[in-house]
Amino acid sequence: MGLAKRIIPCLDVDAGRVVKGVKFVEIRDAGDPVEIARRYNEEGADEITFLDITASSDERETMVHVVEQVASEVFIPLTVGGGIRKVEDVRRMLMAGADKVAINTAAVFNPEFVREAADRFGSQCIVVAIDAKRVSGEGEPLRWEIFTHGGRKPTGIDALEWARKMADYGAGEILLTSMDRDGTKIGFDNELNRAVAEAVPVPLIASGGVGNLQHLVEGITLGGADAVLAASIFHFGEYTIGEAKRYMAEHGIEVRL
Amino acid sequence: MGQKIAVLDYGLGNLRSVSKAIEHVAPEAEVRVTDDHDWIRAADRVVFPGQGAARDCMAAIGEHHLNQAIREAVQSKPFLGICMGLQVLLDFSEENAGTELLGIVPGRVVRFADDMPGENELPLKIPHMGWSRVEQVQPHPLWEGIEDGSRFYFVHSYYVVPDEEEVVAGVTEYGVRFASALARENLFAVQFHPEKSADAGLRLLKNFVGWNP
Repeated sequence: MGLAKRIIPCLDVDAGRVVKGVKFVEIRDAGDPVEIARRYNEEGADEITFLDITASSDERETMVHVVEQVASEVFIPLTVGGGIRKVEDVRRMLMAGADKVAINTAAVFNPEFVREAADRFGSQCIVVAIDAKRVSGEGEPLRWEIFTHGGRKPTGIDALEWARKMADYGAGEILLTSMDRDGTKIGFDNELNRAVAEAVPVPLIASGGVGNLQHLVEGITLGGADAVLAASIFHFGEYTIGEAKRYMAEHGIEVRL
Repeated sequence: MGQKIAVLDYGLGNLRSVSKAIEHVAPEAEVRVTDDHDWIRAADRVVFPGQGAARDCMAAIGEHHLNQAIREAVQSKPFLGICMGLQVLLDFSEENAGTELLGIVPGRVVRFADDMPGENELPLKIPHMGWSRVEQVQPHPLWEGIEDGSRFYFVHSYYVVPDEEEVVAGVTEYGVRFASALARENLFAVQFHPEKSADAGLRLLKNFVGWNP
C-alpha cells in the first residue's frame, strides 16, 4: 500500500471572505472561510489551500486571522498563497497556523527568496506556484512559458526549466496551473503536467481546468500528478470530495477514504 | 484540575498547530509552548515537535538549552516526539553531511533513496509528502480506537532506523518499509504529523493526553 493521491479544494479569499460563491445547501454563511474549511474537512479533503486575492495591502492582515481561526478547528494541512513576498510574510503565515505557503510572482522576480525561505523554514512548507501557458505552435515541439500576475504578464521563462530551478532552490512541492485551461472545465493540460512531473523530483499538484471527476483521474494517470487541486466543481456542490475520492478509487487510484 | 502539557519551543517548526490540536482534544488542560525548564519539569506531559533540517534542529535545541530538559522528560513522564522530534532522539543522521543527534534511542536516520520506482512511470517523489498507512506492529495505548492501517499525514525526506526492532510500534511503506512510530516505556514518537492527520491524528493525541505509562 502506498501513498494516497491527494484532493485539495482551493478557496479564493478576499479581505477575509471566501469569494467565487460557494454553494453548499447546509452552509449558513457561504463566505465564512472557517465554516467552508470545516465542511471540506468533514468531506475528507486531504488539504485545503487558501488563495488570498485581497488587492489592498492594508486588508492583508485579515488573512492571518482567517488562518488562525481555521487552524484552531481544522486539523489537516493548510496552504496559503497570494501576496507572499518576503520571509516575514512566510513566518507570519506559519505562526498563524499555516503549514505551507505558496510563492508565485515573488519567486519569478526574486528566485533567491525561495531559497531563503526554504533554508529558513524547511522545504516542506514552501510550495512554488507556477502559472504556465503553452507557447508552441501547431506541429512545433511542446513548450510552455511562465506568466505572472494571474496569467497576464509573460516572462519568457521556460516552464520546465523554471520548475527544475525552483525544486533545486528548495521548493518542497510545485503547484502547477495551466493558464490555458484555468476556468475552462475541459480538463487539465496533462502534457504540461507530465512534462513537469518528469522534470522535478518533488511532488506535483495539478491545477486548472477541472470540470468533472474523470479529469481528476486523468491528472494523476496521464499527468503524473501527486495531488489534484480544484475549486468550482466542489464549491458549487456539483460533487463532494467524498464522491470524487470514491470515483478515483473505482478507477484504481489510491485515496484516503 | 487540568494537567499541564508542555510543547517544547526551540524556535523552529509549526508549534502552533501542535498546541492547537492538543487544546482541541484536551480543553481542560493547560497547554504551553515553552522553553522554560521549570515549567517543563513541572509539566505532566511533554510534546516535542519539530521541522526542518537536522543540524538546525540540534543547534536550536542547544541555543534553547533544552538538551537536558528533553533527557529528563524522556525518563520521567509521557513524552511524544513528532517528525523531527522523533528523528533527533536517535544517534546520528545522514542529513547535512552527517549530524550527531541526542542519542536517546540507539539507531540512525537515513535518506530515502533517489531512484525508488513509483507509480505512473515516475520515480517516487522525495519528500514523502501526504497520507500513508501506518501498520501497528505492536499493541500500544496510543493506538487505541485507531484502526490498524489508518492513514496519517507525512512530510519528510529522512526516516529512522532504530538498532532495536522491539522499539518499533508502527511501520509505513514508501519505497521501503520504515519505522513510522517508536515506543519505549513512557516515550512514544512518530514520523507523521498527528496534529495534521484529521480524526486518526486527533485520536492519537487524545490517547497521549490520557496515557499513564
